[in-house]
Amino acid sequence: MSNVPPDLKFTKSHEWVRVLPEGIAEVGISDHAQQALGDLVFVEVPEAGRKVAVGDASAVVESVKAASDVYAPVSGEVVEGNAALAETPEIINQDCYGGGWLMRIRLDNSAELDSLLDARAYEALVASDAH
Amino acid sequence: MGLRTPLYQTHVDLGARMVDFGGWDMPVNYGSQIEEHHAVRRDAGLFDVSHMCVIDLEGAAVRSFLERLIANDVAKLSIPGKALYTCMLRESGGIIDDLIVYCLGEHWFRLVVNAGTRDKDLAWIREHAQEAGVTVKERRDLAMIAVQGPKARAKCAALMSASDRTRALALDTFFGAALGALFVGRTGYTGEDGFELVVPAASVVDWWQRLRGAGVACCGLGARDTLRLEAGMNLYGSDMDETTTPLESGLKWTVAFDRRERAFIGRRALEAQLAAGVPRKFVGLVLEDRGVLRGHQKVLVAGVGAGEITSGTYSPTLERSIALARVPAATGTQVQVDIRGKLLAARVVRPPFVRNGKSLLGA
Repeated sequence: MSNVPPDLKFTKSHEWVRVLPEGIAEVGISDHAQQALGDLVFVEVPEAGRKVAVGDASAVVESVKAASDVYAPVSGEVVEGNAALAETPEIINQDCYGGGWLMRIRLDNSAELDSLLDARAYEALVASDAH
Repeated sequence: MGLRTPLYQTHVDLGARMVDFGGWDMPVNYGSQIEEHHAVRRDAGLFDVSHMCVIDLEGAAVRSFLERLIANDVAKLSIPGKALYTCMLRESGGIIDDLIVYCLGEHWFRLVVNAGTRDKDLAWIREHAQEAGVTVKERRDLAMIAVQGPKARAKCAALMSASDRTRALALDTFFGAALGALFVGRTGYTGEDGFELVVPAASVVDWWQRLRGAGVACCGLGARDTLRLEAGMNLYGSDMDETTTPLESGLKWTVAFDRRERAFIGRRALEAQLAAGVPRKFVGLVLEDRGVLRGHQKVLVAGVGAGEITSGTYSPTLERSIALARVPAATGTQVQVDIRGKLLAARVVRPPFVRNGKSLLGA
C-alpha cells in the first residue's frame, strides 16, 4: 500500500510534481518508489542553473539495494536542489512528499503539466505494477 | 509462488516486504533495514533461517566419510556439541558450498547447508554417503531461527526453564546442545554473539512470537547481508562458487592440510594451486568517496591488472561503503572501482570491517 496525495501530478517513472507559485515545479519521488528502494544512503541533486529537458536523468537516489536515476518530469531551469539530502538522505523515506523534495524547476512550458498523470491514474498504475 | 518457511504468514502479518531468495519467499525488511542492522549491533535481532537445509548423517563410518567430504578436519570435532565451518569441494578444488558441521554424537553429525544449493548438496552427499554406508536424512521437520546481538543470548535464555537456561548460557562459541526438542548453537552470521535455534517446525512460530515479546527485533535479509559483510563473512554464490577455490576466496583458513594422509576431495587441486602460486586473492575494500560498491563492479589496479567486486554494500555501522573483492595477487593498498562509468578510489583492507559493534578501520 502506498500513499498518493490527490493534489499532485505523477510520472510513469514514479516522480511527483507539485506546482508552486510563480511557475515553479517542485519534484520528488513517490511513496511507492521510496518503499521499493528501501533505506536511501546517498542522493545527488542538480545544481541551480542547470537546464533540464523532460525525461533527462537529473538526480540520483541511491539506496543500500540499488542506485536509481530520477528523470525530469518537466523542462526548465533548476532553481534549487534540496541541500538537506546530502546529510540526511533518509528524509525521502520518512517524508517523500514534503521534506524529501529533490529539486525545484522553473517551468519552460506549463502545458507539459497536462501530460503528467493525475493521482487517480498514478494509483491505477501502481496497483497494476503490483501484479 | 516460491517455497515458504513455517514463518511465512507471520512475516506477512508483520508487514514484511517479501522477496524471492533462491526460490524462497523471504522477508527482506520489516521497515528500515538500517534500523534492523543497528538493532543487532546494539541489542538483539531475530532472523528466520528456516530456508536453510539441515542434514543429519548417521552410521559407524560417519567420521571417515566426513574426512573425505569436507576440506576442514572433522577430527577437530572431538566432543559432542562442537561445530566447525568448512567448504565442500569438487575434485577440481571448486567450492560446492560452505556449511557448518556439528558433532551430535560419535555416529551422528549434522550439516547446515545453504538454501540455494540444497538439491546439489544433497545429491553430492548422497552419492558419496552410499559408498560409505552412511545414512543421510534431510530434516524437513525442523525449522531454524537466529537470535543475534550483545543482548541476544540473555533475552533468549530468559524464555527457557532454569536448567535449560544454565546449559544454554554455558555454551562456548561454536558449540551446541540439545535441550529437549530445542537444539541451541552459539553460532551466527552477523559477527555478533548469539544463538541459532533449531526447533520442530510446528513450534517455530511460537518461539518467534515469544522472542519478539522478549524485545528481540525482527530482521530481514537486507540487514543480514549488511551485517555479514561488515563481519567479513562470505556469501556463497556471490563471493565464491564452483569456479573458485577456497584459496582465492579468503577461505584458506578453513582448509586443513596438516594431516597428510587425509585425502579430502579437492586436496590435490589445492596443493597444485599452492605450488604454482595462487594468481588471485580475496580482499576487503573501503570506498573513500561517496557512493556504493556493488557486486560485479570492475576493480582497476594500476600497473597490475583488474579484478572484480564479489559483494558490496553500504555499511550502516561504518557509514560508508565496503566490499569484498577478488583481485590480482600483486594488488597493493589502493585501487579504483568503476561505478557506473566513474572511477572512484578505494583502499584495500583485511576483513572483518567491524568487531563487537566497533569499526576496525582505524580512520
